[in-house]
Amino acid sequence: MAATNSSLDRLGLKEEDAVRLLREAKAFKGESLWSDAWRRLRRNRVAWWSLLFLVGFGLMSFLAPIFPLRSPSQPNPPGQLQAPIMQWGDSEFLEAVPEGQPVTDKAIEDTYWPGFRGIFGADQALVRVRLAIFGRWQTGHWMGTDELGRDVMSRILWGSRTSIIVALVAALVSLLIGVVYGSFSGLMGGRIDNLMMRIVDILYSIPFIFVVIFLITLIGDYKQELESIGIDRMTVFYLVIGAVYWLTMARVVRGQVLSLKNKEFIEAARVMGASIPRILFAHIVPNVLSIVIIYLTLTIPAVMLFEAFLSFLGLGIEPPKVSWGTLASDGTAAINPLRIFWWLVVFPSIAMASTLLALNLLGDGLRDALDPKMRGKD
Amino acid sequence: MDASALAPKLRAAVAVLLLFTLLLGAVALTRGARLEPADFTFNNGTEVQTLDPATVTGVPEGRVIRCIFEGLVIKDPKDLSPVPGMAERWEISDDRLTYTFHLRKGAKWTNGDEVTAPDFEWSMLRMLDPQTGSEYAYQLWYIEGAKAYTTEVHPEGHPQQGQSIHPPESVAIRALDRYTLEIKLKAPTPFFMELMGFYPVFPVNRRNLEEAQERWPDSWEIEWLRPENIVTNGPWKVQSRRVNDRIRLVKNHDYWDADNVAFETMDVLAIEQASTGVNVYLTGGCNFVDKVNDNVVPQLMPREDFNPQPYLGVYFYRVNTTQPPFDDVRVRKALSLTMPRELICEQITKMGQVPAYSFVPPMTIDYTSPETDRGATEGSAEERMRANAQRARELLAEAGYGPGGKPFPTFDIHYNTLESHKKIAETVMDAWKRNLGLNVKLRNEEWKVYLDTQSNLRYDVSRSAWIGDYMDPNTFVDLFLDGGENNKTGWGNAEYDRLVQGAVNEFDPAKRFDMLERAEAILMDELPIIPIYFYVTQNLVAPRLGGFYSNPGDEHFPKFWYWMDDEELAAKRAQYPDDWEIVDPHGPPEGLYSPAAMRARVSQ
Amino acid sequence: MLQFLLRRLMWFAITLLVVTSVSFFLMRAVKGGPFDGERKLDPAIEANINARYHLDWNKYKQFAQYMGPFNLDERGLFGTREQVFGGVLTGDFGPSFRYRDFTVNDIIGQSLPISALLGTVAMMWALALGISAGVASALRRGSGLDVSMRLAATGGIALPNFVIAGFLIILFVFLIPLFPVAGWGTIQHMMLPGFCLGLVFAAYIARLTRTGMLETLSQDHIRTAHAKGLAPRHVVLRHALKGGLLPVVSYLGPATAGILTGSLVIERIFNIPGMGSHFVNSATNRDYTLAMGVTILYTVLVYALNTIVDLAYTLLDPRIKLEEQ
Repeated sequence: MAATNSSLDRLGLKEEDAVRLLREAKAFKGESLWSDAWRRLRRNRVAWWSLLFLVGFGLMSFLAPIFPLRSPSQPNPPGQLQAPIMQWGDSEFLEAVPEGQPVTDKAIEDTYWPGFRGIFGADQALVRVRLAIFGRWQTGHWMGTDELGRDVMSRILWGSRTSIIVALVAALVSLLIGVVYGSFSGLMGGRIDNLMMRIVDILYSIPFIFVVIFLITLIGDYKQELESIGIDRMTVFYLVIGAVYWLTMARVVRGQVLSLKNKEFIEAARVMGASIPRILFAHIVPNVLSIVIIYLTLTIPAVMLFEAFLSFLGLGIEPPKVSWGTLASDGTAAINPLRIFWWLVVFPSIAMASTLLALNLLGDGLRDALDPKMRGKD
Repeated sequence: MDASALAPKLRAAVAVLLLFTLLLGAVALTRGARLEPADFTFNNGTEVQTLDPATVTGVPEGRVIRCIFEGLVIKDPKDLSPVPGMAERWEISDDRLTYTFHLRKGAKWTNGDEVTAPDFEWSMLRMLDPQTGSEYAYQLWYIEGAKAYTTEVHPEGHPQQGQSIHPPESVAIRALDRYTLEIKLKAPTPFFMELMGFYPVFPVNRRNLEEAQERWPDSWEIEWLRPENIVTNGPWKVQSRRVNDRIRLVKNHDYWDADNVAFETMDVLAIEQASTGVNVYLTGGCNFVDKVNDNVVPQLMPREDFNPQPYLGVYFYRVNTTQPPFDDVRVRKALSLTMPRELICEQITKMGQVPAYSFVPPMTIDYTSPETDRGATEGSAEERMRANAQRARELLAEAGYGPGGKPFPTFDIHYNTLESHKKIAETVMDAWKRNLGLNVKLRNEEWKVYLDTQSNLRYDVSRSAWIGDYMDPNTFVDLFLDGGENNKTGWGNAEYDRLVQGAVNEFDPAKRFDMLERAEAILMDELPIIPIYFYVTQNLVAPRLGGFYSNPGDEHFPKFWYWMDDEELAAKRAQYPDDWEIVDPHGPPEGLYSPAAMRARVSQ
Repeated sequence: MLQFLLRRLMWFAITLLVVTSVSFFLMRAVKGGPFDGERKLDPAIEANINARYHLDWNKYKQFAQYMGPFNLDERGLFGTREQVFGGVLTGDFGPSFRYRDFTVNDIIGQSLPISALLGTVAMMWALALGISAGVASALRRGSGLDVSMRLAATGGIALPNFVIAGFLIILFVFLIPLFPVAGWGTIQHMMLPGFCLGLVFAAYIARLTRTGMLETLSQDHIRTAHAKGLAPRHVVLRHALKGGLLPVVSYLGPATAGILTGSLVIERIFNIPGMGSHFVNSATNRDYTLAMGVTILYTVLVYALNTIVDLAYTLLDPRIKLEEQ
């Protein structure tokens, strides 16, 4: 004990501290990479709040039909370009349906857009929930109206849906292609790896704006044919963006796999006779996954910005649907020295900026939390 | 400190030095590229395709070409009638087939050559030459032998493949002597003099082209067009060009009418975004823009510098009549009845556009469109729309759609990607949804694809517009001849074709207009197209600019422009209606650049 | 080294061939042609125009002619006139279909320096801001400074740059009239677009610097340096920064290519006659030759800059061998 004490002294630790440390270390030992990361993420206040914000916002946008908002798509030209007013609102939702009559699915569809249903009719159901809770009441124009007299607040929330879906799906598509391609290339190594990476290089040097314009035009050409097999422009949109963004993902994953392949613990596993699938799934995948998740949180904002860029060019989401990109580009088109329609720029910008900021900060936080070098620290 | 530690320091120093040089270079570069502000600057809306008169088509190109070239005649800025240009006077034979132009003596090209009749003969033949590839060549096809010369070419495999099978002499354009040009037409053409003032027929200098070709044998024939090479005969010369930025013009002091040209230098900008153009104008960066963005219109309307006037154009929706349900005229009528024209004009376009219930814009001289079905006329806008919707639903029911009948299929409104078209399409979609319960979707396409879709009839309802070439209903009505290239609706009507083609050969204006009116009535009865509104001009012009007039063709002639002095401006302002808003005028207050002042200076 | 460059050159040739041919056939596969307009042309006139630009040939013949340097036209290019179009292989990109008074070489020659100039301004301030923000936040990780620096840096990628440009125009043109609203020619014209353009890069650079610095600071040789008792400033500037900037360097390659070829959005908003607009406009105008020209230029730039970056890597980090790239 004395010897231990003296070594503790040398480290400048008191005995109770040492005991506590040992206890913690014991508790810590069984902790997986993920729960460890989770713990550290929770410690990182900025990242944690970002995560909460994003979850909250995501829920809100998923539940958009339930809020007593005005229609995001129905034009009302006489009420155009009103500045925000603090007015309680009125009860004109679904005005086409006379009071007391049952609300049909068609009436709801007319208020939003053709084919308004949501997954398994969820949106329709949510609108009915809304009618049950709020009745016909809807909010006033708390964030003003746009050029066709549509409520900006409603458009922001509905726009968040489109933007989030586009971003998520596109990021997942890029993830899928990138991870498969990258890990295959990394695992194979040698000539195949070299060739595959050169192909990525070639694709990198094609200006992708070009490819996107081409693809979107091509979709327009075959729109009817595609629609008959159930593919609409939105779907292709996701795919196109995903197809553009997988390149970096492939490189990142390949790099990670390459460096892991020769690591001691993989060697050790191999020596101990672990099967290849086991090495892949128990050792390589979790280690790659962390960097993939980090990259994913950075791809999502990039995709959102890209969607905005396409909207700026007029190649984005088709009206009457809205996205943040369309809102932002509509807003900037309204900038002039005679009268500044500030609410068209400011509110969508706040929504967009806060989401993208949160995503970026979460990405940073995840990077810190998942970094294997940081394990057990902090 | 050892050498390796010094290295990064050195490297950093080099890097800093490099960045610094770059910055200095940047400063120097912009200094060198800097131009003195021009006397007058206007936004042309886009970069011109070319300065070669023979191969251009667009309005922006026309404006620049009028600055640097001059044809036999030019147009009066107020009423667009032909006034002497390079031709001092002209005669028209009694059978209205032979035109003889007498050229001004002493008019000079900028290379010192005299402008002569053979220049015109050569230039017009060049425009007609199939190898020039002129899009507007058909404007000269009224001339004897011209059409055959352009269209009949040697086929593939022939040693002269691509060249015309006819000799140039087969075209009836002759220089009788150095100053006399004779042109013979196939048939009397009432607007031929107007065509002679149209910019594509302006002359180019033969020596200019041939010498450039010899010195820089370039297969694309563009060396002669470079600012340093181009030879012109108009009020200004090209000094410099930068793609997508500006064309700098300087006054041509050898121009025959140079005394009346006010501006020494002029900048032609190529800003494409309407909102940017307006912002540049409002912050004093240019003095005239011809296109404004919708959002500023309410603020611009009361201003003295924004004064929209009727314009020879119509905005309409084409209906694809080759497929059900749109092959049924009752369906088309129902759509037309519930088209929210007034709402669009009052709330969306907002510049005083006139709702269109016929196809030919109202100001084509002496022509009145037939009375057409305007739907209900009594009561408020809302009541009228309700009555129209009622009638439209009945029509749909007659056609077998709606309650008790077939469901109306979902269809698309097709338009090219542009904010203003989108807004109108959204409004129309809402109106049709609300009033007729139809399922309507929007489909926007990028310009070239949109054109292709329209030509191949792969749409249901498609946004379109047409701007008249000249002040005659014919330029609108002949669009919908059965099988015409610009019909694009699949519609055809034998009686309509007979009337329109008959009108071409009818010389009595009253009878001719009567035939066209009957044709238009058929068109509006059958409704292969749904007219929405007639255009207005969107010019935002510095109040001090003199010599600028509104005309239905929205054509403007920089040659006549000048800065008013304070006195003239005050006189102009005295005539404004009370509610006009006076704005700070661009331009020099002393009005240095008025033609009078110019003359005074020259005579001193 | 030489072997590395040679191998790079070989891949470069392959890349260029693939990019050229793919974009050539893609361009022509899209509907619509360069001479389509609202007013459909008379078929005979259309045929004349197509013949003038060889659009009536089959695509393979057009491609061969475009690549050059062959004269495929038995009658010379225009009847008896001699053929002088060299083709891409001789560095001649041909005439533009949209800007018909210019060759593609002319257009690139005019607009590339403008984009490059703007890009230089943007990049310089992006580097200055990005690196200092990145280093500061890495050193004070988790502190208020770190958070605020990161917030500021992320601001650049939290909004589309056209929105940022919009705010700047409202602020510095309309409310406080300091700069011209659009155009090109003076230093003032460069300020707002340069700032907007740089902001995105600053954000990325800050993030990359921070990551790189954190990585390096936890490495053994830095710890050794600290242990040796070197001053923290000295450690950071002399040792950590060198390794920490590696990711930034690798990012600079493609970023510089991107910045040199301009930004469509910024150029459109501020009406700058740079390269960026050509990428989209040439495609929408079906200006085949210009589109090909800018694509090839971009490819060359990306490739060249990436090679330079790989070379720079070995200078910054001696442990990296070229062959591994």
